Amino acid sequence: MEPKIREFLAANFFLGDDPEAIQGSSSLIEAGIIDSTGVLELVGFLEETYEIRIEDDELVPENLDSIDNIVRFVERKRGTVAQS
Amino acid sequence: MSDRTISADALSIDAERVTTEIIDSLRSIVGGVLRRRGGVVGLSGGIDSSVTAALCARAFGPQRTLALLMPEEDSDDETLALSRSVADAFGIEAVVENITPILEASRCYERRDDAVRSVVPAFGEAWRFKIVLPSVVGTDSYRLFSLVAESPDGEKVESRLPAAQYLEIVAATNFKQRTRKMLEYFHADRLNYAVAGTPNRLEYDQGFFVKGGDGLADVKPIAHLYKTQVFQLAEYLGVPARVRERPPTTDTYSLPQTQEEFYFSLPHQQMDLCLYAHNQGLPPAAVADAVGLSADDVARVYADIDQKRRTTRYLHLGAQLIEPVSEVAG
Repeated sequence: MEPKIREFLAANFFLGDDPEAIQGSSSLIEAGIIDSTGVLELVGFLEETYEIRIEDDELVPENLDSIDNIVRFVERKRGTVAQS
Repeated sequence: MSDRTISADALSIDAERVTTEIIDSLRSIVGGVLRRRGGVVGLSGGIDSSVTAALCARAFGPQRTLALLMPEEDSDDETLALSRSVADAFGIEAVVENITPILEASRCYERRDDAVRSVVPAFGEAWRFKIVLPSVVGTDSYRLFSLVAESPDGEKVESRLPAAQYLEIVAATNFKQRTRKMLEYFHADRLNYAVAGTPNRLEYDQGFFVKGGDGLADVKPIAHLYKTQVFQLAEYLGVPARVRERPPTTDTYSLPQTQEEFYFSLPHQQMDLCLYAHNQGLPPAAVADAVGLSADDVARVYADIDQKRRTTRYLHLGAQLIEPVSEVAG
């Protein structure tokens, strides 16, 4: 999952930078990698790619502001879906 | 840490002195730097354009100031009458340019409505809509845009906006600001006038303008003034009370929309104080009491201010060159 997310970020926000250069724990917003429109795009990408529905109360930095957080969040969401 | 605190009247100004300073600057900028002989102002019926027009009338004389009234299909019914009352109050000639036909020809409405319909399939004739942002107060959640659509019989539908549709709607709507600017420059070219832009400090700092639209101008007389200060100038200059009492609106979408629903985190009085305190390097606690928020919420507003500055930096930039052309000054 992580390589695919890095690939999405690289294709849409890095514009030529090395996608491996960003630390998994770095804040994507604070690093200026994504902005508010970028969050919209990220949410759309995650919902479509991983067939999940991200609720309004899940739109928090703990879930979406770093690659590590995104991976953890999507894995949890998919686990929830699989068990239900 | 500083123990200085901000009070609600921190932004009080000496309106007479500020007016004199702006008028002197306007004369030297427009006459000396720009070599134009008057000013064109697009009036929206709002406080900023009214004050800008009043300042131009004082700086250049009413006979060398032209007001443009540029309503379109979605404009509030009051806009035209309020704008006229401003032009009349300052003895300025007002020209009405209805921009609806230009917007129809550029397919502004059609492109916008197609994007809206892809989110709300029932959206059709006589439906109205707006784009809204949730509040920054009380939560660390990301603020994602939602579309609120209202059917002719009053049924409301709210849906989160996917990025592509959000961008398409904004891009189509930006035809409005850019069309208005095109007409302002037509009249400015015709008369050898400068175009006066109308942003206040909050809008200018936070990038609340369309590049090549309302962001484009030859001079911006009130871009250094907080909105609260623009209201003080408005009273001093004699802007009609109905304009001063009208809540700030974007007057851009078919459903009424306040500026804080679409862009700013808070009503302008609180937003001004937070921006001022942040600019002074003061901690959130220093302004919390004055704006009636917790220090945590003020910290969220500070973060939102910083993020908007980062996001909209490109709006302030002119075209970037690959190599400098040193013979031409920027």
